Amino acid sequence: MRVTMDVNGRSVSGEVEGRTLLVDFLREGLHLTGTHVGCDTSQCGACTVHVDGLLVKACTMFAAEAEGAAVTTIEGIAAPDGTLSVVQQAFQDHHGLQCGFCTPGMVMAATALLKDNPKPSEAEIRHHLDGNICRCTGYHNIVKAIMAASGQEMPALAAE
Amino acid sequence: MYAFEIERPTTLQDAVAAIAGGGQALSGGQTLIPTLKARLADPGKLVSLHGVAELKGVCTDDDGRICIGAATTHATVARELAGSYPGLASLAARIGDPAVRNRGTIGGSLANNDPSACYPAGALASGATIVTNTREIAADDYFHGMFATALEEDEIITEVKFPVPRAAAYEKFIQPASRFPLVAVFVAKFDDGVRVAITGASETGVFRWTEAEAALSSDFSAGALDGLRVDPDHMIADLHGDKAYRAHLCAVMTKRAVTAAA
Ligand SMILES: Cc1cc2nc3c(=O)[nH]c(=O)nc-3n(C[C@H](O)[C@H](O)[C@H](O)COP(=O)(O)OP(=O)(O)OC[C@H]3O[C@@H](n4cnc5c(N)ncnc54)[C@H](O)[C@@H]3O)c2cc1C
Ligand code: FES
Ligand code: FES
Repeated sequence: MRVTMDVNGRSVSGEVEGRTLLVDFLREGLHLTGTHVGCDTSQCGACTVHVDGLLVKACTMFAAEAEGAAVTTIEGIAAPDGTLSVVQQAFQDHHGLQCGFCTPGMVMAATALLKDNPKPSEAEIRHHLDGNICRCTGYHNIVKAIMAASGQEMPALAAE
Repeated sequence: MYAFEIERPTTLQDAVAAIAGGGQALSGGQTLIPTLKARLADPGKLVSLHGVAELKGVCTDDDGRICIGAATTHATVARELAGSYPGLASLAARIGDPAVRNRGTIGGSLANNDPSACYPAGALASGATIVTNTREIAADDYFHGMFATALEEDEIITEVKFPVPRAAAYEKFIQPASRFPLVAVFVAKFDDGVRVAITGASETGVFRWTEAEAALSSDFSAGALDGLRVDPDHMIADLHGDKAYRAHLCAVMTKRAVTAAA
């Protein structure tokens, strides 16, 4: 079947099967490979994108269900000239990534959080990241980056 | 995944017809899609409820019950019920993670009746009514054990009606890898008595702890539960906890829920 949706501000359409996952449509159909597949079992959040402004795991939604929706992926977060978003810049400044595999999902999750809650507490940030797994950083620098992106002082973290 | 088609009806009537014609309901997909990926289901045709406006949203009926459309997401329930039924809002707000809550729905959760799911405890403790395309089913008659419900083939949940208790709380002892409860307890105090429903613990799925209900109905305090214990015989035993551990958690989490609600 044919699906049409808006991805990062551009109208796109393509042929999909019923079982085609949104993440496969993005990666293989549109070559937007910034959205990663970490687990494919709905656990890790590496595939997180925004669908009509809401955080969604692109590996746990069919492309056909995104018909008519506005999808934002990590490729749509920086400005067209490549200037990083506040959240992306904060991840770089605060070393919020190591291998970077989880980072697209983390940035999408953090961006959605700050839209709803511009000054989250450390606890709120950690709760919001429940569905985003990072195997490298131990999360502290991710939390710091999100605190910084929201213009807040970084707390002294208990485990440091 | 095996191949299948997806239909996207926009009215309940069309959805019911498509399901009667051999389709399986697809609501949030947060349980069904992982099941399809594991090739544990081969539905041939999925019928997405996502575009059916009649199945979405929250309202209050003439009896003061809160009515939640089957395709309403956990995130919407968490937001919309924060003032009217905070105990249930807080249950919805702790299901899975934010992305799961933006897609997963109450109808999907109750239809699936995972023995560790959150909503079955909220629905049973509240004495909710599960409304389908053909009838109304009291929560007490709806849950038939692990992954089993009163739903007939091709019957779909359209709405769930919740009487609002005087006080309520949900206490979830989380299994952090799955983010489901290891054991969780919903306590609801009504004018005519207290209802206690426990999920995650029993091999027969969600259940009411009637001894605790009797004790709490005369004295709504954690102390009223002293000495009461759940029989470990029918508890789930797995690598996360044995029967005795789960039975113990039932009492601990019930006390915590009573303290939180009181
Ligand atoms: C990472 C992760 C963490 C989770 N954590 C929790 C948790 O902590 N607590 C918890 O309770 N759940 C948890 N879940 C499950 C989640 O709540 C699901 O959303 C829910 O169990 C199923 O709802 P759904 O709308 O996604 O249904 P779907 O996956 O679309 O469907 C599930 C089943 O119900 C059927 N169905 C769907 N809608 C209807 C209907 N209206 N009438 C009849 N049948 C219908 C489908 O055919 C299918 O068999 C988690 C899931 C994930 C992926
Ligand atoms: S790849 Fe989607 S949650 Fe891990
Ligand atoms: S930076 Fe490697 S998984 Fe997060």
